[in-house]
Amino acid sequence: MSTTTSNESASRGRAPAGERIADWADGRLGIYSLAKSNMRKIFPDHWSFMLGEVCLYSFIIIILTGVYLTLFFHPSMNEVVYHGSYVPLQGQLMSEAFNSTVHISFDVRGGLLIRQIHHWAALVFLAGMFVHMMRVFFTGAFRKPREINWLFGFLLFVLGMFTGFTGYSLPDDLLSGTGVRFMEGAILSVPIVGTYLSFFLFGGEFPGGDFVARFYSIHILLLPGIMLGLVVGHLILVFYHKHTQFAGPGKTNNNVVGMPLLPVYMAKAGGFFFLVFGAIAAIAAVAQINPIWAMGPYRPDQVSTGAQPDWYMGFSEGLIRTMPGWEINVWGHTLVLGVFVPLVIFPLVLVAIAVYPFIESWVTGDKREHHILDRPRNAPTRTAFGAAWIAWYFVLLVGGGNDIWATHFHLSINAITWFVRIAFFVVPVLVFIATKRICLGLQRRDRDKVLHGRESGIIKRLPHGEFIEVHEPLSQEQLHTLTAHEQYKPAEIGPTVDENGVERKIKGSEKLRAKLSNAYYGEDNQIPKPTVEEYKEITSGHGHH
Amino acid sequence: MKKLSARRRHPLAAVVVLLLALAATGGLYAAFAPASKAQADETSQSLAIEEGKKLYQVGCASCHGTGGQGTSDGPSLVGVGAAAVDFQVGTGRMPAATSQGAQVPKKRNIYTQAQIDQLAAYISSLGAGPDVPTKNDYSPEGADIAKGGELFRANCAQCHNFTGQGGALTHGKFAPSLEGVEPKHIYEAMQTGPQNMPSFPDTTLSQQNKKDIIAYLKAVNGDQTENPGGLDLGGLGPVSEGLFGWIFGLGVLIAVAVWVAARTAKAKKS
Repeated sequence: MSTTTSNESASRGRAPAGERIADWADGRLGIYSLAKSNMRKIFPDHWSFMLGEVCLYSFIIIILTGVYLTLFFHPSMNEVVYHGSYVPLQGQLMSEAFNSTVHISFDVRGGLLIRQIHHWAALVFLAGMFVHMMRVFFTGAFRKPREINWLFGFLLFVLGMFTGFTGYSLPDDLLSGTGVRFMEGAILSVPIVGTYLSFFLFGGEFPGGDFVARFYSIHILLLPGIMLGLVVGHLILVFYHKHTQFAGPGKTNNNVVGMPLLPVYMAKAGGFFFLVFGAIAAIAAVAQINPIWAMGPYRPDQVSTGAQPDWYMGFSEGLIRTMPGWEINVWGHTLVLGVFVPLVIFPLVLVAIAVYPFIESWVTGDKREHHILDRPRNAPTRTAFGAAWIAWYFVLLVGGGNDIWATHFHLSINAITWFVRIAFFVVPVLVFIATKRICLGLQRRDRDKVLHGRESGIIKRLPHGEFIEVHEPLSQEQLHTLTAHEQYKPAEIGPTVDENGVERKIKGSEKLRAKLSNAYYGEDNQIPKPTVEEYKEITSGHGHH
Repeated sequence: MKKLSARRRHPLAAVVVLLLALAATGGLYAAFAPASKAQADETSQSLAIEEGKKLYQVGCASCHGTGGQGTSDGPSLVGVGAAAVDFQVGTGRMPAATSQGAQVPKKRNIYTQAQIDQLAAYISSLGAGPDVPTKNDYSPEGADIAKGGELFRANCAQCHNFTGQGGALTHGKFAPSLEGVEPKHIYEAMQTGPQNMPSFPDTTLSQQNKKDIIAYLKAVNGDQTENPGGLDLGGLGPVSEGLFGWIFGLGVLIAVAVWVAARTAKAKKS
C-alpha cells in the first residue's frame, strides 16, 4: 500500500500552480464550499430573464467609462476663455466644467467616443431597467418572496434617474443648465421651505458657483455608491430566492429547470456582456449624443427651444408642460400651483407602480411563495393596471416632447397640450378596460384551444355533405402549459354575525378588500380554465368535433 | 401554392400579412407622391409675367389690394421694402396658397430673380423700406463665428433651436428650420421679421452682428458641417436621442438577448 502511495505522489509531483493558489485561497476565504454550493446553481432559460443582465452590464460600462471621464473633467464653475480646437466657440467665456467637457470631446484621445458610450449606456441602462421592471411586473415575479427585491429594483430605477440627471447637468451647457434651472424652479415652488432648500442646494442664488462641484460628488460618489450596494443586494437576493420560471412540463414551484451557472451561464453571461458592450459602443461610434459644443455654455439669460431632459426625466417635463399655470396669491405670498402640483405628482407616478405588489398581495390574501410566473393574460387585472400605468407614463412623455410632436406631425402645440391634459385622466382608464378585455379574450382562446385543439385551416367535407374544419389536438406539453396557472376565488366578507348570533362589526377595509377581490377574480373577471372532466367529455369522441 | 395554404393558419401569418400590407402601402405612396410636384412646376410657368406691377396684379393683388394697401386677407405692403419682397417671394412663401394653415410655409419659388427684383422695385415705389442686402453684407468673410454663436443663442435659439433646426410656436405656428436657407434670406428675415418672427433692424442687431450670426449658422448647420459624434439624429436634443436609444439601443440588445437565449446548451444524448 505504502509503496503505491509513494509511487503515486512521485508520479504526480507537486500540485500545479493553479491548484496551489486555490488551496491557499480556500484556507483563508473558504472558496471551495462557496463554489460547491453556488457553481452548479441552476438558472432557467428565457430571453426576458436577460433584461436584468442588460442593465447590469450597461451599469458596468457606465462605471468604466465614467472613471475615464473623471480623469479629464474639471468640476469647477470658474470662468475661463475657450482656446481649444472647436472654432465656433473660440474666445467664448465659459465655466471650467464646460471647457473641460469640450476638451474631452475634441482634444482628448478617444474622449468623444467614451463620452458617447457613457451617455448612450446611461439611456440604455434606464430603458433596460424600465423594461426589466415591466417584465417582472407583468409576469407576477414580484410576489412573495421577492417583494423586497422588487423594491430594490425600483430604487435602482429612481436612483438611476437622478444619477442620470446630475450627470447630464455636469457639463454646464445651455441645455442642461436649463434643466437645472427647471429643477430650481420646482424646489422654489415648495411652500415655506422652497427658498431655503434652493439656497442650501446651490449655495446661494442660482446658479452660483457651487452646483457643478456638488452635483459631481453626488453623480460620481453618493448615488452610484448606493446603487452599487443595491445592485449587489439585488443579485444576492436573486441567488437566494432562485430564479422564477414559466410554467411548463416538469417545472414546479419547488424546482428550477435550466442550466447550471458554471459553465453554461458563465459562458453565456460573459459573452453577453461583450455583446452588450459591443452594441453600445457601436451605437456610440455611429450616433452623436448630447453635442454640448453645439449647445454652447450655460448662461441664465439664454435658452433654446426643444430643451428637454433625457428620456427618463421626460415624464416630469410632461407634467410641467401640460399643467395649467395656476397660482394663488395671498398675504403677499405666491403659491405656484403650476409648478408645485407637478412636483407632487412626480413621485406619485413612480410610487403608483412601486406599491402595486403590496396592494395585490393584500387583495389576494395569498401568503404563499410563488416561483412559477404568470402569463400576463392569466392575471387580467394586474396586466390591465400595468398597461394603464405605461400608457399614463407615455402620455406624459408625449407632453414632455409636445414641441417636437407639433413640428414633426404638423400639429398645434396647444392642441397636444389639451390632449395630454385630458388623456392624463382618460387614457389610463381606457387602456385598463381594453387590456382587461383583451386578456379575457386570450383566456377564452386558450380555453378553446385546450378543449378543441388548434384550428388547422383544413376544411373537410363529410360524406353527407357537411363541411367541418379539422382541429389539431394540442400536445400534452402544451395542454399542461395552458392550464398550469391557478385561479383564485373572490374573497368573501364572511358571516355577518358572530357565533352568538350578534351582528359583527365589519370594517370598511374588509368590505373594500372583498370588492376588489371580486373585481380581480369575480365571475366576469376571469375565464374558468377547462377542467379535466370537461376535457375528457369533449375529447371522448361522443358526437363532438 | 400548397405550401402557402398550409401556412395560412400559422400563428405568425397575421404578422406577415400586416408587414406585407405596410410595405405595399408605403411603396405605393412612394410611387405616387412625386407626381404632384411636377404639376406645380407647370403652373409656375404660366404665372411668370415680366413687369413688377403686372406681376403684382396677377400674383399679389387679390390679397394685398390693387395698390398694395392691404385687405382683410393680407397686410398692407406700403413701406415693407425690397428686402421683405425678396425674402417672401424668394423663399416661395408668397404668393401664399388661398387656404394655408396656421402659418405660410416655405415652398418652391415660382419667380425668377429678375421677376422678384421687378416686384421688389414696385413695392419699394409704394413707400421706402429696407433694401435687399448686398453680397458683402452676408458673406462669412470677416465674421466672428463665436460671437455669432453667442448672439444666436441669445436672440434666435429660443425659437429656432441651438443649431437652427426649428421649433414649435403656439397654435400650430412654428419657427422653421434654418438648414439650407440662403444667407441672403436669413439676413432679410432678421431685418424684416416675416410672419411670427420679430424684426432685428440694424439698430438692434448691427450689420456686423447679422454677418456673425450667418457665419455661425454656416459653421454649425451648413452643407459643409461635420458632426464630430456621428449621426446628428435631427439635432433635436434628448427627445430624438431617447427614441434612438430605445429602438436601436435597447431594441438591438433585446434582439441579441433573444438570439442568445435561443442558442441554449443542449444535453448530449449518448
